[in-house]
Amino acid sequence: MAKIRGAIVVDTERCKGCDLCAIACAFKVLGLSREVNGKGYHYSEMVQPEACTGCANCALVCPDSVITVYKVNVNN
Amino acid sequence: MEITDIIRQENLVYAKSPLLTDNIMHYCPGCSHGVVHALIAAVIEEMGVQDRTIGVSPVGCSVLAYNYLDIDWAEAAHGRAPAVATGISRLHPDKYVFTYQGDGDLASIGTAEVMHACNRGENIVIVFINNAIYGMTGGQMAPTTLVGQVTATTPYGRDVKLNGFPMKITELLAQLDGTGYVTRQAVHTPLAIRKAKNALRKAFENTKKDKGTSFVEVVGTCSSGWKMTPAEANRWMVENMFPKYPLGDIKDI
Amino acid sequence: MKGNEVIAEAAIRCGCDGYFGYPITPQSEIMETLMLREPWKETGMVVLQAESEIAAINMVYGAASCGKKAMTSSSSPGISLKQEGLTYLAGAELPCLVVDVVRGGPGLGTIQPAQSDYFQATKGGGHGDYHLLVLAPASVQEMNDFVALGFELAFKYRNPVMILADGVIGQMMEKVQLAEPVPRWTDADIERLSGDWALTGKKERRQRHISTSLELDSYKQEIFNHKLQAKYRLMEANDARHEELSCADADYLFIAYGSSARICQKAVQLCREQGIKAGLLRPITLYPFPKAPVQAAGRRVKGILAVEMSAGQMVEDVRLAVNGVTPVEHFGRYGGVIPTPEEVVDALKKQIIGA
Repeated sequence: MAKIRGAIVVDTERCKGCDLCAIACAFKVLGLSREVNGKGYHYSEMVQPEACTGCANCALVCPDSVITVYKVNVNN
Repeated sequence: MEITDIIRQENLVYAKSPLLTDNIMHYCPGCSHGVVHALIAAVIEEMGVQDRTIGVSPVGCSVLAYNYLDIDWAEAAHGRAPAVATGISRLHPDKYVFTYQGDGDLASIGTAEVMHACNRGENIVIVFINNAIYGMTGGQMAPTTLVGQVTATTPYGRDVKLNGFPMKITELLAQLDGTGYVTRQAVHTPLAIRKAKNALRKAFENTKKDKGTSFVEVVGTCSSGWKMTPAEANRWMVENMFPKYPLGDIKDI
Repeated sequence: MKGNEVIAEAAIRCGCDGYFGYPITPQSEIMETLMLREPWKETGMVVLQAESEIAAINMVYGAASCGKKAMTSSSSPGISLKQEGLTYLAGAELPCLVVDVVRGGPGLGTIQPAQSDYFQATKGGGHGDYHLLVLAPASVQEMNDFVALGFELAFKYRNPVMILADGVIGQMMEKVQLAEPVPRWTDADIERLSGDWALTGKKERRQRHISTSLELDSYKQEIFNHKLQAKYRLMEANDARHEELSCADADYLFIAYGSSARICQKAVQLCREQGIKAGLLRPITLYPFPKAPVQAAGRRVKGILAVEMSAGQMVEDVRLAVNGVTPVEHFGRYGGVIPTPEEVVDALKKQIIGA
């Protein structure tokens, strides 16, 4: 079966660290950063990027629409 | 495979709708408003009616919605959005007209306007965000505040002797012959969000089928007003709000 | 025709797009006439009875924000309910027409005519520094003329315009020359006339339009207020209107508007018969108040009697304009009682000539 790899891009300056994306992610890809952005929020980032399948659940639940999702089929 | 190989334009599967402006939303972290804005933007975009949709945003946290959705907007006085929408819709029957109201706006000061707009079966969509609190003014009790729920004006929990009962306004409006599609949704999980988007899409489509007023309630959270983290707020909503405000379609003629 | 009926007919003929009303004596005939005439069949004009005066004025707000000719009508208590809507309309710079057929107040008051809402109409009954342009008809003919004129001024200044009539003008019947019908504006007309602000659906080529009176940044709000004040100065300079009867050689002057002006016309005649050279200055716009002509008259005459069916409201504006150059007194019956010309003449003798 083709293995699917996904990845997301977070607009870290606009993220408010509400953590709802991490909760929505079934594969525990996301977590809040240790650093903070310009507004003082810990922002969401991929802590286990290889687990991401590009399902976009994180982007769906994000109240500020700061997540962009990519997905590609990997035929090895 | 490197991350940078994945992040390429041709691999894009989800991005912010172009109908959402670049303005940073003023909503608190985790607020349901932001999700509903994104859904409405996606629905309008998919229907290709950006140039034929007019929104009405009354006073409340979401009055500034007109800074976030790139369509024409009329800002309305507190509680009067359904009347403003009636004026627009009656004179622009070809346009998609919707109001975006909070629970204090719709079920308290604006009860008469929403009742009568629905009773006339105006061809508009009413989007009703029910988070059981007045968010903008700092967390006071709203008509949908639950019994025992603590707010700035019910510091010891809502007492029915003093403040009456939580109002199931959506069920009331479903009784009016003028309403065609009446539903209650939520946006706390991906599944709920997909359902809510379908409901909004149906609501917008309905206004062109002369089926009367479409009414979409979204039970949402107010983490700052409820004084919880967004995650806790979602859990509290499921455990306390959903029993009183059950999700699902209430009317669909 | 009856004054109220003429408002309805004039609205249809001047291409009004939407009327949103609510029943209240003494002006319900306006909506009744419109419903009888069914203009939607003829011009497509929308006529809707709202659930309250508050809903009605907000429907007008919605329609006006689309660049359409929208109007409502009511009487004193109903106009009080509409004040929030009116200040929103002024704050969002939206043109519309509001007809107020005044009745005796305060509170539920009476259904008899009065002029005790002058302050509410001209000083702004809602919150904030704003004004309505206020036209005061004194005849059924002016009830007809001021509908088209009202819309013209509303769109000229992008500001709500009020026709301040009273129960007499609304209920009485007179011959009237009706205006020639004018078609409603097409979408192209609206694009040309109000394309830079009207809500017509965000097209590719333009920014989204927002009808709002909300501005949280106080510096911007101050700038906006200056802009409004400049608009009102323009109104004063260009559109303050009045009429003068037998004023040229007058020793004494009545200043009155609406039905009081009609009574004073007879009073002037009676005075002249008794050798008293009296004249009448009739403000047609109550805001902007015709200051200059009142000022000029003040310098010529020995005394001025402001005649109003109220406890004296316009008299204050007269005093401001006259600025102490000559005595200014007020005479009026109120609570819905209408003074007779003879009473007015006696008042002039007692309060001005005899004083």
